[in-house]
Amino acid sequence: MAEAALTATAGAASAESVETPTARAIRRFKRRKGALIALAVIAIFVGAAILAPLISPYDPELQTWTAVRKAPSALHWFGTDDVGRDVLSRVIFGARASLLAGVISVAIALLVGVPVGLISGYLGGFIDASFSRIADALLACPFLILAIAFAAFLGPSLGNAMIAIGITTTPIFFRLTRAQVMAVKVEDYVEAARAVGNPHWRIALLHILPNILPALLVQATLSVAAAIIAEAALSFLGLGQQPPAPSWGSMLNAAQRFLVNAPWMAIWPGLAIFLTVLSFNLVGDGLRDALDPRSR
Amino acid sequence: MQLIPTLFFVSVIIFSLQHLLPGDPALVMAGEERDPAAIEQIRQHYHLDRPLPVQYVYWVKAALSGDLGESMRLKEPVLSLILKKLPVTITLASMAIVIALVIGLGAGIVSAVKKDTVWDYAANVFALWGISTPNFWLGIMLIFLFSVKLGWLPASGYVPLTEDWRMSLATMVMPAFVLGNAIAAILMRHTRSAMLHVLESDYIRTARAKGLLEHSVIFKHALRNALTPVITLGALEFGTLLSGAVLTEQIFAVPGFGKLIVDAVFNRDYAVVQGVVLVTATAYMTLNLLADMAYILVNPRLRG
Repeated sequence: MAEAALTATAGAASAESVETPTARAIRRFKRRKGALIALAVIAIFVGAAILAPLISPYDPELQTWTAVRKAPSALHWFGTDDVGRDVLSRVIFGARASLLAGVISVAIALLVGVPVGLISGYLGGFIDASFSRIADALLACPFLILAIAFAAFLGPSLGNAMIAIGITTTPIFFRLTRAQVMAVKVEDYVEAARAVGNPHWRIALLHILPNILPALLVQATLSVAAAIIAEAALSFLGLGQQPPAPSWGSMLNAAQRFLVNAPWMAIWPGLAIFLTVLSFNLVGDGLRDALDPRSR
Repeated sequence: MQLIPTLFFVSVIIFSLQHLLPGDPALVMAGEERDPAAIEQIRQHYHLDRPLPVQYVYWVKAALSGDLGESMRLKEPVLSLILKKLPVTITLASMAIVIALVIGLGAGIVSAVKKDTVWDYAANVFALWGISTPNFWLGIMLIFLFSVKLGWLPASGYVPLTEDWRMSLATMVMPAFVLGNAIAAILMRHTRSAMLHVLESDYIRTARAKGLLEHSVIFKHALRNALTPVITLGALEFGTLLSGAVLTEQIFAVPGFGKLIVDAVFNRDYAVVQGVVLVTATAYMTLNLLADMAYILVNPRLRG
């Protein structure tokens, strides 16, 4: 009996030890229903953005003067706007600007923040102090105000909005990478890698970077949510996607003037931003729990 | 002491902004006027004919003496414009903070004390909703409901508190709620996690074992200690408050700091944009410093 129990324990232990960290994270992530649903919602929005020309019922820029500010109907599910454009088609095409802005601006922040954070955390000293003060300076300016300032000086366009959001998001990734590198670089396996004569770049890229990827993944997901709101805010202020190209933020700006007669112009694009941002936040929270080594 | 090098880099970033302008900064900053005299005046004022480091030194010297340049459109010093708009934003921000504290701390305490109940679940849903709702959309939806549909509140405008406090409150309640909502959500999360941590401590168990009333345990013993991290983390949200104010003031036509920067962006009034960023960054850093000091004050263990 005792032997059987021992074998069972050993079997369970070996099964657990066989499970890779990635498999464990996926298993834990799957347990979170909210995060799974959110992932499905993101997939739907991404699918809609990619297939926009195929699934949109109308051309998003087609103005129909006989169908100005029409309430939702079988012909126009989400209604029409102030110049007779189909709101559903514009919401579908608007997903392109929002998702692209979310992903590209975070990619800019990752591409700049992570390497600089790696160098800064790994080397320390004067280089670290200088980069850290620049990051502090960027973080000292409120996110949206700095993004507005950059977008204003660079000129209003979707591309410049992405650059502006990317620059303002960079210090978050710099700080995260730097802190993680400083924690990891004193670990025995990094010491061992150094002792066998690996060059610095090899230690940083092959030994340190893979260990900080989970934290970066969580932050990147949450930052996409923040970047989508920021892009919508900049477009709302007229500093992002330029009309007549559709974007959720600029649709809300136009909707504000017609709240009395055409509230549907404001409801749908806002709901789209809310759902996308909520989904990225839920997936980010789910990833954080799934990748946290302390939780089982 | 780290404040000084950080401020230096902040000033460099803000100074560099004008060099992001495509083409000749003087020409762009002059706007549509294209008056040669105006262009020359800008070139002289910003010392654009001198090397960059020299331009920077002139700019910083002027900024330190309170000269943030002049608004091209309003023909008024930037600093006086900012000082004029600041009280409006401070009023709005203060009301938003009160709303955020009441909702955020309240929901955080309830969700920690009633952990894993429907209250906790509801508070967490509220927090997720709060951080995922764009405040400009929330603002538009509130105007639709309370101004257009129900007709209870004015959709926009601003009345100073000193002029007519009832009207002032009526105009400010929606923008303040919109602004406070996102911060309430963040405060709720911080309060919940700090309270959960504290409620597991031995001294709370002792307090309960002594037979103290539950509300006394929660408010006198637990909340006091839970509040310290919330203060520091809450102060970091001052940036969210200022960022949010830009959009909120725009939607509700509140003539404050945020509306000033947006109007300046549209009118290509670059000196105003730079001035607003500089003032907000300095205010943000000062507030964080004060929060650090408050943290030491409320936490006797950190006093050395």
